[in-house]
Amino acid sequence: MIKIITVYGPMLLIALGRTLLLALLGLFFACIIGMIFGIMGVIKNRACNIISQIFVDVIRGVPLIVLAFFIYFGIPYFFNTIIGGFSMNLTALQAGTACLALNCGAYMAEIIRAGIQSVDIGQMEAARSLGLTYGQAMRKVVLPQAIRTMIPTFINQFIITLKDTSILSVIGFPELVNTAKNVQANTFMSFQTWAIVGIMYLIVITILSRSAKVVERRLSVGR
Amino acid sequence: MVDKNEVKISVKNLKKTFGDLEVLKDISTDVHKGEVLCIIGPSGSGKSTFLRCLNKLEKPTGGSIIVNGEDIVDKKVNINKVRENIGMVFQHFNLFNNLNIIDNLTLAPVQLKKCSKEEAQERAKKMLARVGLAEKASSFPSQLSGGQKQRVAIARALCMQPDIMLFDEPTSALDPEMVGEVLQVMKDLAAEGMTMVIVTHEMGFAREVADRVIFMDGGYIIEEGTPQEVLGAPKEARTIDFLNKVL
Repeated sequence: MIKIITVYGPMLLIALGRTLLLALLGLFFACIIGMIFGIMGVIKNRACNIISQIFVDVIRGVPLIVLAFFIYFGIPYFFNTIIGGFSMNLTALQAGTACLALNCGAYMAEIIRAGIQSVDIGQMEAARSLGLTYGQAMRKVVLPQAIRTMIPTFINQFIITLKDTSILSVIGFPELVNTAKNVQANTFMSFQTWAIVGIMYLIVITILSRSAKVVERRLSVGR
Repeated sequence: MVDKNEVKISVKNLKKTFGDLEVLKDISTDVHKGEVLCIIGPSGSGKSTFLRCLNKLEKPTGGSIIVNGEDIVDKKVNINKVRENIGMVFQHFNLFNNLNIIDNLTLAPVQLKKCSKEEAQERAKKMLARVGLAEKASSFPSQLSGGQKQRVAIARALCMQPDIMLFDEPTSALDPEMVGEVLQVMKDLAAEGMTMVIVTHEMGFAREVADRVIFMDGGYIIEEGTPQEVLGAPKEARTIDFLNKVL
């Protein structure tokens, strides 16, 4: 145990840093994707609703690991070999980010859609009856209320996404799990290695969920 | 008080269907300036749908609704502009839960650039005082009773300085002891000459305040006239039947 910490500790910390980088990049783009598809899911436009629903259904229906292989190996193969004339090459970080962004984005879209729809329709009607446009009513009345109900689910999704980065070890991105596999192969100390990795995840996620609770409490003041 | 020469709302052959369900079959009536029109009828008769058509919260499927000279059924008319002149009060108040009372009142005037923030605040305070809730300016809707919420809702609508007010069963969701305070605000408003269309189950209020009463059933106007005529001496069998049940 001590040997792993002293010899491989720095390496595992750097790997944890990469895990966090991947999670943050993924979440950032997931927020954008989630916002776009979430709003497309609620506006009064049949085509937008359907596109949003298809996106969510497809991503939810495919395991993350399959999505990762598809983006990392499949997409370059499609452009370079099937269509031909391209020499596309995705780094593991690019593919991993895209993969997390799509996956988490689909769930975020559902959270946002459900959050908006959970706000009583009367709020929108009252705002519209005063002469506000749909956009104004959305921004000033509906979204502020929807976001409050979304926050706990958002935080949950963030934690899931952070854990999902471990799946991307399969495409060779040297995040925590991928690095730990190497440590295990070098030392044969499976118990110690995975115990340390588990504790590392546990610490980060506990800090995250605790600070999230604080944010949640702050936001509910004045209600 | 009623100015017979000025028609504020003119409804002609209004129809509204939800899928296969025909809710409004053929409604025609005029609302004059300063008139207080009460609409009564059994639930499912289409009275709320009719009211909600008047500011296009429900899109009519046929006919025309001319508000201050503009046909709001016409897609080219900017409905948001028309709505600025039509206040609406809902059965379930629909105060904005994320805003305190004063912000509930100033949101629309400020967003729509009707006046500066200071003017809006000034007017909002005046309106709150008028409905007897000046001290609630910084409260949140969740801290108010039903009757207080509804009075705030009326004040909120008045802050846009509308010349027509629509009320959709404004007292139906209230505890009985709170009905009076809301009706009093509405009576004051009527006395000041506001043009009002009110869907209500308060027959006493209709009798006392209405200039005209419409009885609706099955998507049609069955009977209309002064409160004395419709409530006091109804001619139609369905009106008599309904009044026997509610009075």
